[in-house]
Amino acid sequence: MRTTGERTTRTAMNATPDPEAPVDAAFLRRWLESATAAVEREAPRLTELDSPIGDADHGTNMRRGFLAARTAVEQEPPPTPGGVLVLIGRTLISTVGGASGPLYGTLLRRAGKELGEEQAVSAARLRDALRAGVDGVATLGGAVPGDKTMLDALLPAVDALTGALDAGGGAADALAAAAAAADEGAAATVPMRARKGRASYLGERSIGHQDPGATSSALLVTALADTARGDG
Amino acid sequence: MKMLINVAENVVADALRGFAAAHPELTVDVERRVIVRRGAPYEGKVGLVSGGGSGHEPLHGGFVGKGMLDAACPGEVFTSPVPDQMVRAAAAVDSGAGVLFIVKNYTGDVLNFQMAAELAEDEGVQVVSVLVDDDVAVTDSLYTAGRRGTGATLFVEKIAGAAAEEGAPLDKVAALARQVNSASRTFGVALSACSTPAKGGPTFDLPDGELELGVGIHGEPGRERRAMMTSGEIADVTVEAVVSDLNPDGPVLVLVNGMGATPLLELYGFNAEVQRALAERRIPVARTLVGNYVTSLDMAGASVTICQADEELLRLYDAPVSTPGLRWGC
Repeated sequence: MRTTGERTTRTAMNATPDPEAPVDAAFLRRWLESATAAVEREAPRLTELDSPIGDADHGTNMRRGFLAARTAVEQEPPPTPGGVLVLIGRTLISTVGGASGPLYGTLLRRAGKELGEEQAVSAARLRDALRAGVDGVATLGGAVPGDKTMLDALLPAVDALTGALDAGGGAADALAAAAAAADEGAAATVPMRARKGRASYLGERSIGHQDPGATSSALLVTALADTARGDG
Repeated sequence: MKMLINVAENVVADALRGFAAAHPELTVDVERRVIVRRGAPYEGKVGLVSGGGSGHEPLHGGFVGKGMLDAACPGEVFTSPVPDQMVRAAAAVDSGAGVLFIVKNYTGDVLNFQMAAELAEDEGVQVVSVLVDDDVAVTDSLYTAGRRGTGATLFVEKIAGAAAEEGAPLDKVAALARQVNSASRTFGVALSACSTPAKGGPTFDLPDGELELGVGIHGEPGRERRAMMTSGEIADVTVEAVVSDLNPDGPVLVLVNGMGATPLLELYGFNAEVQRALAERRIPVARTLVGNYVTSLDMAGASVTICQADEELLRLYDAPVSTPGLRWGC
């Protein structure tokens, strides 16, 4: 029954996307589907990236967390986009462990709280919520840009999203720009020397490796762009 | 890489089921991943809770029992536990005298314990957290996540546990734990990388004929690689790293800790060299513990922890302890 309901919503969304407020609970549920699929697909690569400069478990941990989040949202789908993000964030905190659990959990929980009780929001409101979430990550983890962390993908993504929206771009194009910036940001961590997290213990030897956290962050932003384009 | 497991996803749960069967004196909640001393909470006693990624056994679950921890929260392999586990553990061991969280300094552990402390306090449990950061291999703390918590965790848990067992209040137990940590330093070396079940093979390459100096306990490489050395040469490097940072001026506790795959025969031989290196520096050794206590799965190698101990610390170290991993005087 739930599947039928979701399909109906999806059809309705695609048929009449509200350009003013394209982000509703169904949109973020589709994002979660897309993000979970991406994390599952890329889990071996995330773990591989985490081997030389971490402890070879990032893919495993993210996969466990997103599968649990998907189950939680399927079991009791929250009616608001903010509610979806808060539930995903809480589930990640309870299931991922490591630094990624609290950091990704805080990112999504903070963003969800920022969206409040609204039924549907604009891309600009989503951008503001993501900005608040990223600020939460920076405060909790204490990292700054250039430290070779997930912030190096997330901050450029939010900046690109802001730039594209300010230039009058639509939600789908703006999120595509955010995804491209996140990918570039993740790639740009290769020459960086890690200053936070476990990779920091390697000092100079952390140089030359792409940061697993920045890589998974880029995956999540790309899933957002895919969802907005309609092929998430 | 051959491993004595069923499937990688279940190694922690399988180990907890086996641990529960071997230790009926402990309450093991396999599903929620909390190990609690039977009979807890003890009236008027401060509860000691620690935890961290699995793969370091007997740390921490093996140190639950009389005179040491009241509860332990094992995470996935090399992954910190989640806040729910510590909240549950705190509730299970709090007699009203408060709970001490003993947290090894890793970003994940710090964040998850911090969230747990806030949640537990919302539930009315008084929590004080103590950070263990004894690893001198981390030199530039400004540009890293800070010194890692390694071998000193055993001394912190043992000595704070003995104080709590005697009925010391929370502030006193926490102060002792901090004193032990600040009086302790550790340096580790790896002769081989370890293999995590999730990866199914070594987490880094360490060629034959080389060793890794200043290695952590999570399969993370150290800071320097050198051609393989003798036990005596390794002891010289290790003791120098620890002593030059601690500058002890009195009797010390020594932990010669195996990383998991180094035979006790080699560890005892290494300890002889460590004692020689300490004697050359005129550092009196009060107690020595040799064995696999803070391990890194199947890594070969060892770490040396030195803790400068005053009479009070020595007395608490000698106090009776009865846990799966450490037992004397009982």
